[in-house]
Amino acid sequence: MTKPVSLSRVAIYATLLAACAVYLIPLVIMLLTSFKSPEDIRTGNLLSWPEVFTAIGWLKAWDGVGGYFWNSVKITIPAVLISTVIGALNGYVLAMWRFRGSQLFFGLLLFGCFLPFQVVLLPASFTIGQLGLANTTSGLVLIHVVYGMAFTTLFFRNYYVSIPDALVRAARLDGAGFFTIFGRILLPMSTPIIMVCLIWQFTQIWNDFLFGVVFASGDTQPITVALNNLVNTSTGAKEYNVDMAAAMIAGLPTLVVYVLAGKYFLRGLTAGAVKG
Amino acid sequence: MSSIAVFTKASPLDALQRWLPKLVLAPSMLIILVGFYGYILWTFLLSFTSSRFMPNYSWVGLQQYARLWDNDRWWVASQNLLLFGGLFIGISLVIGVLLAVLLDQRIRREGFIRTIFLYPMALSMIVTGTAWKWLLNPGLGIDKMLRDWGWEGFRFDWLVDPDRVVYCLVIAAVWQSSGFVMALFLAGLRGVDQSIIRAAQVDGASLPNIYLRIVLPSLGPVFFSALMILSHIAIKSFDLVASMTAGGPGYASDLPAMFMYAHTFTRGQMGLGAASAILMLGAVLAILVPYLYSELRGKRHD
Amino acid sequence: MATLELRNVNKSYGSGLADTLKNIEISIDSGEFLILVGPSGCGKSTLMNCIAGLEDISGGAILVDDQDISGMSPKDRDIAMVFQSYALYPTMTVHGNIAFGLKMRKMAPAAIEEEVARVAKLLQIEHLLGRKPGQLSGGQQQRVAMGRALARRPKIYLFDEPLSNLDAKLRVEMRTEIKLMHQRLKTTTVYVTHDQIEAMTLGDKVAVMKDGIIQQFGTPKQIYNDPANLFVASFIGSPPMNFIPLRLQRRDGQLLALLDSGQARCELPLGAMEAGFEDREVILGIRPEQILLATDESRNQSSIRAEVEVIEPTGPDTLVFVELNQTKVCCRMAPDDAPQVGQTLELQFDPSKVLLFDAKSGERLLPGKPLASGGKVAQFKAG
Repeated sequence: MTKPVSLSRVAIYATLLAACAVYLIPLVIMLLTSFKSPEDIRTGNLLSWPEVFTAIGWLKAWDGVGGYFWNSVKITIPAVLISTVIGALNGYVLAMWRFRGSQLFFGLLLFGCFLPFQVVLLPASFTIGQLGLANTTSGLVLIHVVYGMAFTTLFFRNYYVSIPDALVRAARLDGAGFFTIFGRILLPMSTPIIMVCLIWQFTQIWNDFLFGVVFASGDTQPITVALNNLVNTSTGAKEYNVDMAAAMIAGLPTLVVYVLAGKYFLRGLTAGAVKG
Repeated sequence: MSSIAVFTKASPLDALQRWLPKLVLAPSMLIILVGFYGYILWTFLLSFTSSRFMPNYSWVGLQQYARLWDNDRWWVASQNLLLFGGLFIGISLVIGVLLAVLLDQRIRREGFIRTIFLYPMALSMIVTGTAWKWLLNPGLGIDKMLRDWGWEGFRFDWLVDPDRVVYCLVIAAVWQSSGFVMALFLAGLRGVDQSIIRAAQVDGASLPNIYLRIVLPSLGPVFFSALMILSHIAIKSFDLVASMTAGGPGYASDLPAMFMYAHTFTRGQMGLGAASAILMLGAVLAILVPYLYSELRGKRHD
Repeated sequence: MATLELRNVNKSYGSGLADTLKNIEISIDSGEFLILVGPSGCGKSTLMNCIAGLEDISGGAILVDDQDISGMSPKDRDIAMVFQSYALYPTMTVHGNIAFGLKMRKMAPAAIEEEVARVAKLLQIEHLLGRKPGQLSGGQQQRVAMGRALARRPKIYLFDEPLSNLDAKLRVEMRTEIKLMHQRLKTTTVYVTHDQIEAMTLGDKVAVMKDGIIQQFGTPKQIYNDPANLFVASFIGSPPMNFIPLRLQRRDGQLLALLDSGQARCELPLGAMEAGFEDREVILGIRPEQILLATDESRNQSSIRAEVEVIEPTGPDTLVFVELNQTKVCCRMAPDDAPQVGQTLELQFDPSKVLLFDAKSGERLLPGKPLASGGKVAQFKAG
């Protein structure tokens, strides 16, 4: 539209590019460092090109945190699936089958999304202990399902609220029951929100540290806890290449998901923020 | 068919159908009531007991709160939270809004740039903390890099400086979350009625003026949401401190979440920890209640 | 085909709240087309949901073929419904949409195919069967929604404002089509609308509702010519009936309505009257087409001169606005007879067509019906 490339356009692009650099550089430094030898790290600086690229940091890191990586997988996958199923059913009831008290319940649930978890940690740890689930991945699955439920329900409820309830009424007149309506009518149209919910839950649970450090120990720790232990042990010489490689290992799954399904990730973030 | 039935009895299956929605929701309702509200009450009770490593229920009244009041570390943690929260929220908002406005100028490859701004949000705070701990490493991090690049007198050792370590947390947290603020505002900007902007252009307003006086003021609710989420992140911040500084040096970079964890689970001060958790809840409520109130009131006006 | 009877149906959402439906009494014969019409929030959609079983009633009975169905679940009532938003299942094809209810009723696959084919032919949507609702135009969606209802061959059809999402032209087309369909199939139908033209054109019987109460139940003709109260009179008819406030007078046993156009006055004789009406504040109602231009022969004491303030040509008619008793009055005229703005007309009223309403209660004042004050009503004919 405007023919001359104005000064302000140049300034805008320059600012945006500079910002891109600021956001990207830490990732670049992590990658560079993870492939450096300890020699390079001592002699060079953050952005200096390594003399030799070596995967030794990655191998050592995998030795250190690989087992915990699988713990995280074992915790995350069931917790994500279960909390999504529960959220979908809850959201379906809250949006389409309101009854006296269901709005109050939704209010209580919404409030739960904002709770600082510190305030439930102690009783939750007693309960997990009583159930014999202390220091097990199952215990963490349970915890993540319970405290992730508020968000998954919120996602599905808000999605289903935007679907005209005439659909449900039409299906009832057609003779369909509660689960038939859910399975045949609503679920086939829920792909976007299922994606949002899965991705949100995946990043939340994979990235969790608080529950992991409180409810797991030793062999059952998730990768975030293991990474933190690795980085913050004061014994022995610091191997920054190993630290960075371990951090990359811990961060890769969520990064990959973000790159592949960024659209849904963003929608989850904003849906969580702008509650309906 | 033609006989007048007074009332047709519903079959058992119909009765079940009628109850199904409630039955499906019931377990979740129970879990929410117990696991959220019951446990809050339980923590509240514990905060009035002398529980140490194990819970006991000998009533000590407000003693734990009094101990908190007298506890130096708690005060440091609380002040840190104010400082950290204030800076983190303020800087994130400014950067987020700025980037959103810039991205709203029909930028080429906008999607790509947006992806870059937002990716830190996908990372765990532990990963972020680990990365920034390395970047800010006194002696090997940015400190050394800038000296290598010829800035001889440069010193950057905030990470081990008790007076400045909180700023390190702010830097890492802003890096992680400002892209999210950008995304929120960009979505908000896209929702602004374009005819308002055209009307302002016709009235002769310059672009910066249009944004400052017309567009941004109309994004009040987005500001509010962002503020809400950011303060929530700040109050809950635990992973970042744990991975970057572990509260150190000393307890110079302690935050309430860290304080609560340390006293409850490693130092055997369960009662004190419970009391600090309740105070954290109080802080969240102080922000949340006006937020929900205005949200609900706004809904009623629609 | 079935009869439908609503006996004293009540609906309330809670003890503290006002009733949503109050003492609804409606009865229609097999094959009749019932219209529920009223402004939004009048309870017409709630009533329809109650008939369908989507909401429970709080009291009374709903009878289909003399059998009380009010305790049955929706699927057992054998009622089909066409929704305002069509409510087509978005992930199913048109075929799937029509067949869904049949599948739910465990009909044999061959029979389902046969039935879908029959309905598709009837509605001329055979070429759309493989498409999804999102790929259809509004009118096509409307047909599919009707097809879904037709496929079950239910006892009763319910239509919930089915045309309100269509544009004006399509609305008129579909209206005719629905009427045609009903004439062919002769199925008992309940049709909810807020559009008084649909009510007039489609219905065998019309129930005008307001605030959960049936204001009047009758044939379209009765509702139009003989409205029970001011609300019904104002709701039905376009352009709406003129309402002129005035005070009744009595002279020589004659009831007179005094009209004043600013230029002239006239005394409209409303017939012989008995005591009780004089000095009463009333509202005189007259439809725009019932105000005529006076000819030289017809000019008499009940004609009045008035100045034309606005004219609105609509094509077939021209609406002419004058002022009587400080109220805008609309007259419907043939375009050839239409005057110019500022011109003075001589208007004439047919006293037999004039309706009277109580200014306070809005109730219709009728001959033979005792007044609230205990007086007798004047002998004038209505409708």
